[in-house]
Amino acid sequence: MGYFAKFAVPHPSPAIYASMIAIGVTVFLVIFGLTYFKKWIYLWSEWITTVDHKKIGTMYLISALLMLFRGGVDALMMRTQTAVPDNKLLDSQHYNEVFSAHGVIMIIFMAMPYIMAFMNIVVPLQIGARDVAFPRLNAISFWLFFMGAMLFNISFVIGGSPDAGWSSYFPLADNEFSPSVGTNYYMIAIQIAGIGTLMTGINFITTILRMRAPGMTLMRMPMFTWSAFVTSIIIIFAFPVLTIALLMGTMDRLFETKFFATTDGGMDMLWANLFWVWGHPEVYILILPAFGIFSEIIPTFSRRNIYGYKSMVISMVVISLYSFFVWTHHFFTMGQTAYVNSIFSITTMVIAIPTGIKIFNWLFTMWKGRIRFTVPMLYSIAFIPLFTIGGVTGVMLAMSAADYQYHNTMFLVAHFHNVIIPGVAFAVLAGSTYYWPKIFGFMLNERIGKWAFWFQTIGFSLAFFPMYITGLDGQARRMYTYSEATGYGPLNFVSFIGAAFMAISFVLIVYTIYYSIRHAPRHVGGDPWDARSLEWATHNPVPEYNFAIIPQVDSREPFWDAKYKGHELFKGDYKKIHMPNNSGVPFIMSAIFFVFGFALVFSMWILAVISLIGIFVCMAHRSFEIDHGHYISVEEIKETEVKMGGNHK
Amino acid sequence: MNIKWSLLVIFFVIVTVLTGCDPLMVLDPKGPQAQTQANVIWISIAIMSVITIVVCAFLVFVLVKYRDSKLPKDYEPPYIEGNHLVESIIVGVPILIVIFFSVVTIISNNKVEATPEKYKGQDPLVIYASTSDWKWHFSYPENGIETVNYLYIPTKRPLEFKLYSFGPITAFWVPQLGGQKYAMADMVTTLHLAADEEGEMMGRNANFSGKGFAQNMFHVEAMSQAEFDDWVKEVKDTAEPITEAKFNELLKPGYTGQLTFTGTHLGFSPAPEHHHGSKDSNEDVNDEYMEHDHESSNESAHNYE
Repeated sequence: MGYFAKFAVPHPSPAIYASMIAIGVTVFLVIFGLTYFKKWIYLWSEWITTVDHKKIGTMYLISALLMLFRGGVDALMMRTQTAVPDNKLLDSQHYNEVFSAHGVIMIIFMAMPYIMAFMNIVVPLQIGARDVAFPRLNAISFWLFFMGAMLFNISFVIGGSPDAGWSSYFPLADNEFSPSVGTNYYMIAIQIAGIGTLMTGINFITTILRMRAPGMTLMRMPMFTWSAFVTSIIIIFAFPVLTIALLMGTMDRLFETKFFATTDGGMDMLWANLFWVWGHPEVYILILPAFGIFSEIIPTFSRRNIYGYKSMVISMVVISLYSFFVWTHHFFTMGQTAYVNSIFSITTMVIAIPTGIKIFNWLFTMWKGRIRFTVPMLYSIAFIPLFTIGGVTGVMLAMSAADYQYHNTMFLVAHFHNVIIPGVAFAVLAGSTYYWPKIFGFMLNERIGKWAFWFQTIGFSLAFFPMYITGLDGQARRMYTYSEATGYGPLNFVSFIGAAFMAISFVLIVYTIYYSIRHAPRHVGGDPWDARSLEWATHNPVPEYNFAIIPQVDSREPFWDAKYKGHELFKGDYKKIHMPNNSGVPFIMSAIFFVFGFALVFSMWILAVISLIGIFVCMAHRSFEIDHGHYISVEEIKETEVKMGGNHK
Repeated sequence: MNIKWSLLVIFFVIVTVLTGCDPLMVLDPKGPQAQTQANVIWISIAIMSVITIVVCAFLVFVLVKYRDSKLPKDYEPPYIEGNHLVESIIVGVPILIVIFFSVVTIISNNKVEATPEKYKGQDPLVIYASTSDWKWHFSYPENGIETVNYLYIPTKRPLEFKLYSFGPITAFWVPQLGGQKYAMADMVTTLHLAADEEGEMMGRNANFSGKGFAQNMFHVEAMSQAEFDDWVKEVKDTAEPITEAKFNELLKPGYTGQLTFTGTHLGFSPAPEHHHGSKDSNEDVNDEYMEHDHESSNESAHNYE
């Protein structure tokens, strides 16, 4: 029994036991269902082994949605706990685990894959390519992210969750103050997912630079592709820092090295520096593609081209550069001199300028337009004032003298939710609705979607605006409870109601999906929104090869000009198309990575060595494999095109 | 219609943020540093509200005027390129605002990082504030006393807090006196504060430090120098001396109420000044600390009788 004791959860509660049962039942049902409906082979050959960017994107999307619910439940638990003073629902240990998990899941396992989902689904289509540059690497990226996410999630029921916050500051995260394996999970799960992300960055830079359709110069690329490109560049500069920081942290925890210890030459500040050198660019990794999504939606539903295309591009590049010069604002309070703090104050505030340009460009895009209030557009409209408030409070936080008063308070919590929810969450919700027909071939119900939107927006406002006030009234973040005398009670209760509204919104979103699967009409055509960019020039859902003929681009909005100005997109005849073959190796290798990670978490060295060998065997297999892909014949293309209801010729 | 409602909700919330009901702690300063910070906050709130209102007003105008249902059937939006005048305004105005804020920031940074101007020339009262899981230890080397979980301070005299930790990173924060600063195990950070008026205040650790974080608070009371001196005298007459054994007992994780001791732990468990992680620096620390702080402070203590 002694051997199994280490897998026990150190602080079990009824909620954890219930989750264990729920996970067990779900796993059983999935296995039973797949067997009963004889879907194992379908699942394996169509999804698990796929290298198709659209399917990988779809899997990212589904995983991100699942994680959104996991992180959302955590958020609800936190707001329920703090709804009234002296609440006894969660104890402090449980609360610490919940907010640590909430932060990690929402940033790394929800927002990131959601952004990756759109990059995967949209970018190759927008640039008129047939796939990404390295399709199999893309599959590995996805499966590494997925296995990282799963590894992080099982911490909850096997061995204990991390409890040192999502930023996991040392020495709190060190063995002395966090003795459970929770922080091992943190270090290793994020590492595995992070390696996947880094490869995605490389993949998309190559794709965007090398695989654009003829005629699409850099300055003709759609805004979302631009944002994906800039984001990928930030990724390849920022993620290696995270890799090293996590590696050092893992060594500190597993091998008693002293990189971040406060004795023997270690420096706890070093962790904070490395973490935020990655962590602040990470915020822009999330927000820039979100800006990209809004820059696709707003012109479409304003029936206008984007205002100030060049300044949009330039501001994005400037933001990406500046994102590396601001990390110190996360610890203005760490005892730097007034001189250092002033410099980082200014570099941080400067980011507001290009961001402000973008806000005004979106406003000018709508001006003189013809605005349709669809669900994606509603999210984009609500984004503008809400994000502006989040942005200006960011400038307030950037003034370091004042930051001494905001730091670590609910004011800060309000601020970053005020940028990330209207910025990233609204963007991915808008993007999901907008691209849904592209992915699945039918539209989501607009009426239920609008209800979800209103619950989301009002819920968001109720949940987070009161936090500005309690923050200025001295409520620190991450407090699991507070006394009645503090007077934080009423406003925290308002926040709780807001959180409940947001929960209702997410239930409605699920209901829209369910309702639309049942009732929405199929065959909506390739261009249901009357959109402007190339991804809408092909069928819904998109055939395996994306475009039967690679489009010719003559302008910035090729598809719009093809529809209304008579440009010709598809010239020439069908030719046979070369496509990559599916492969099970990415999945198998990532699954072994999962085992490797699990073995490391519990210091099971024999298993770790065996699985490490397994990973190298998978790599060696690829080196010796001869795989030239396959061709889709002209007959097959013709057949598919006719079946899809359209014929470009 | 719906948009208007949502904007109304947003405006309502902003107004609530701006006015508040009771004075919010941070905006109800009791010392010059907190006063500076509150001023900076009010200036930024004012300018930022203008920006927010301009954006919202323009958004509402555009949404009302150019919505699909209100436009004539044959209205086709014109193709647009950027406009240089418009673009220079939307770049220029933010640049001016950022320049203004930069100046404000630099001035205020230098203010809050130094002895408050009002009380310059006075010798500061040095207080060592350290944390262990989950307590606050306040050592008054000048007075030779130490308290746990409460802090008495004289008004109208600069205070120099020396912050460090016996465990995870914590942050010393008394919102009504001034913003926080981190306390870490491997170095000492300095925070300059002062209290203008007498009164009770809340102080806490603001940086998450584990299980007992929510309770990691301390009571602050600002009193006149005379009252403070009486208190010190009383402590010296009545409190037990702090011993190494007793102090090590206190360092263990757990909660205690308010405690009072004579003597300080700095003698046997010095602050990590000039530490920088080197192995044999402990002795140096002891020496330097004896030279710089303890004795010089002791001398100056009589000036305020």
